Amino acid sequence: MSAITSIETRAVATAAAQEYLTFKLGAEEYGIDILKVQEIRGYESPTRIANAPPFIKGVVNLRGVIVPIVDLRLKFNLGDASYDSFTVVIILNVIGRVVGAVVDSVSDVLELAADQIRPAPEFNSMLDASYIMGLGTVKSGDSERMLILADIERLMTSADMGLVEQRSH
Amino acid sequence: MGEMSSQGLHQADFDLTQFYAVFFEEAAENLASYESMLLEIDVADASDDELNAIFRVAHSIKGGAATFSFADVTELTHQLETLLDRVRKHELRLTRPMIDVLIESGDVLKAQLARYQGSTNETQDTTDLVVRIKKLAAGEELVAAVSGQRQLRVLIGPLANGAAADSLAELFRDIPSLGALEALDGGQLSAEGMRTFKVTTPSPDSELTELFSFHVSREQIQITPFPPAAQTEVIDVRTDVGGRSNNAESQTVGASAMEGEGFGFFVDLNTLPAARAGNAAAAQAAGDGGANGGVRGKKSDPNKPEKFANIESSTLRVSVEKVDQLINLVGELVITQAMLTQQVKPFDPVQHQALLTAVNDLERNTRHLQESVMSIRMIPMSFVFNRFPRVIRDLCTKLNKEIDLKMVGEATELDKGLIEKIVDPLTHLVRNSADHGIESPVKRLAAGKSANGTITLSAAHQGGSIVIEVRDDGAGLSRERLLAKAHERGLSVRDDMTDPEVWALIWEPGFSTADKLTDVSGRGVGMDVVRRNIASLGGTVELDSAEGYGTRVIVRLPLTLAIMDGMSIGVGSEIYILPLGSVVESLQIKANDIRTVTGAERVVKVRDEYLPVVALADVFQVPAAERRGVAEIMVIIEAEGQRVAALVDELVGQQQVVVKNLESNYRRVPGVSGATILGDGRVALIIDVSGLVKRSSLKPGLSTKEM
Repeated sequence: MSAITSIETRAVATAAAQEYLTFKLGAEEYGIDILKVQEIRGYESPTRIANAPPFIKGVVNLRGVIVPIVDLRLKFNLGDASYDSFTVVIILNVIGRVVGAVVDSVSDVLELAADQIRPAPEFNSMLDASYIMGLGTVKSGDSERMLILADIERLMTSADMGLVEQRSH
Repeated sequence: MGEMSSQGLHQADFDLTQFYAVFFEEAAENLASYESMLLEIDVADASDDELNAIFRVAHSIKGGAATFSFADVTELTHQLETLLDRVRKHELRLTRPMIDVLIESGDVLKAQLARYQGSTNETQDTTDLVVRIKKLAAGEELVAAVSGQRQLRVLIGPLANGAAADSLAELFRDIPSLGALEALDGGQLSAEGMRTFKVTTPSPDSELTELFSFHVSREQIQITPFPPAAQTEVIDVRTDVGGRSNNAESQTVGASAMEGEGFGFFVDLNTLPAARAGNAAAAQAAGDGGANGGVRGKKSDPNKPEKFANIESSTLRVSVEKVDQLINLVGELVITQAMLTQQVKPFDPVQHQALLTAVNDLERNTRHLQESVMSIRMIPMSFVFNRFPRVIRDLCTKLNKEIDLKMVGEATELDKGLIEKIVDPLTHLVRNSADHGIESPVKRLAAGKSANGTITLSAAHQGGSIVIEVRDDGAGLSRERLLAKAHERGLSVRDDMTDPEVWALIWEPGFSTADKLTDVSGRGVGMDVVRRNIASLGGTVELDSAEGYGTRVIVRLPLTLAIMDGMSIGVGSEIYILPLGSVVESLQIKANDIRTVTGAERVVKVRDEYLPVVALADVFQVPAAERRGVAEIMVIIEAEGQRVAALVDELVGQQQVVVKNLESNYRRVPGVSGATILGDGRVALIIDVSGLVKRSSLKPGLSTKEM
């Protein structure tokens, strides 16, 4: 297959379905674009940064790169923010930055077609609705699971996350 | 070089563009030496060697330019060559105006080459310059050129926001002598995000660019004559040359120039004595399809100084990218080595002697390797200083002053990245000194000083930083004038302010004390920008002045941004790094050595001096559970001449740390200048000492929040 046709087929495929990494925060299940995920690691205790908000746990050394760690459970008040050998950090690659996100557990990589995704209703949530791209439905056996599809890039670079220096001009 | 030419022989249809880079680099080097030779030359008694060397520069550039069909460069260098040839044959006497024109031509050539390199779109109007060169070559005196008002079209962009360009209009409002600016686009951005202005000004392009660059970046500025005349310009130059207008057919300007003139390399070699010896080589190369300007330029130039050849063979041109990659890798190696060293610590030295020796060797070698690699990026300050003789010379002419420039410590080395960024602020300081600092010869004599003013530039290492000083023996700052100006501008000032406080006014945005605005400086767009630029490099700037005796500006910069010696200290269960350069001493104290002032501020007496006390556990908000009770170790740290006693729990050790940027993945953290990776792989934060010192001089109630 020539390079161009292979790119085209891929483009068609992405339009039809996209892959999501799903993880749990308390009882809720979230899905984020798999292409934004660099790797998944165990939790190691980070170096604390003074005067940072509580959900920013600090920074760790990821093979020579200093990476900030955000606990999404603390940020959204979901689940129990305890740390043990099962705590998982998703290392994300957003706008050229590397950021780690602590979640309760990582469940799956799922492919969702466009018709499996419904727009999220307007509601008052801890998670600003603009970070929610939609709600996905996944059938597993008889039961149905709901996935909250989050725009992780927008979330991580948002002003209230305080991870990125906001440009004043 | 040799390889390139042999390649050229084998390949028939040869792509010249791959040699552009070589030509541009050589031309840049040549032009730099051309300028320094012209600046140093003794007009009354120029040696044949010097004249020949200058001639050769023009000649080599012409050769290369002709090969690559850079018509305007070829044309200008040809005119220069004609003039220089007559001078070196002693048919003409070297004069001051001649040197002025030659230096100006050098600048134009640089700009022309920059255009071919694609770094600018600015076309150079050389008509007037060529006329002057020809007049000089014909032995005529130059009538002082009256530079009247020029009309220019200025394109700014691409910009995200049209309003950014409006600050240019303010610039023209503030500086009446600059001329007039008129927006041609009604304040709207074009589709490409460009703003267009019409500028009527007596100032040269370079100066406009410099001023504009305070508001928009240099790459965003395009200055062209008004109306845009890029097309006609080429024709102007061509017809101006006279005898060659026959060849001036459309398109093939470069080719026709080469055929018509035979620039020494191709046809009529005998017209150019310097090229004669290289005749055979050049002719052969030309027959091979004109492969390589760089190579031919060298071969046909037997007079080339040997010095140059030696430098060529003992140095290696490497891209900065490769060096940076090397530095990163060595940084990683240092961390791995530190981990190893830590791991073998508990081992029994008798049982594991071989291993421990090897680890020791590794440590030593790593350190040497790191030092060597870092030194690759270090270049001497002379790279910056060397431009100032020229700057001062130009200013002297413009301002009718006599200024001697003294340079000290040019060999002091500084990181390349910093060198590049310090040029603009330093230039500004030197211009300020020349314009405001040094008085006119008449005034100086009246004040009992020598007619010649002196500006001293010095650079020296001091601990982990480099100190650059710009000093003049001029009039100094006038306290009264500064205060009056400050009143005028509505700044809050008191008459009983101390001198340093008054001098600090000069850093206020838009502040200028010049009696009249000159086109050199004094527009008040300067000192605050200088300070901001230096601060962004992690440096500081101080000013000191004595009325009647002169002014001194001291710039302090870190040597390199990549590595430093640190002292690791324990606070609670955490480790922080203090830059070793800012550590004065460490002491053990008792709790009752610390006294309070007004109930809140704590001080400690060290060697007859009361120092403010900062508890690092408070600053870094160490959780109560981790605190170790009353800290008994005090590290005295110093920044910007101020000392502070920092209370710590433990002194862990000294080590060289690789400075990592927190901002690349996170954001700036107050009180922290960066991070590093410790031997055990954990991250330690590097304390921003000047921030800490500043904080301690704030009011106690405010301080914790402001940090």
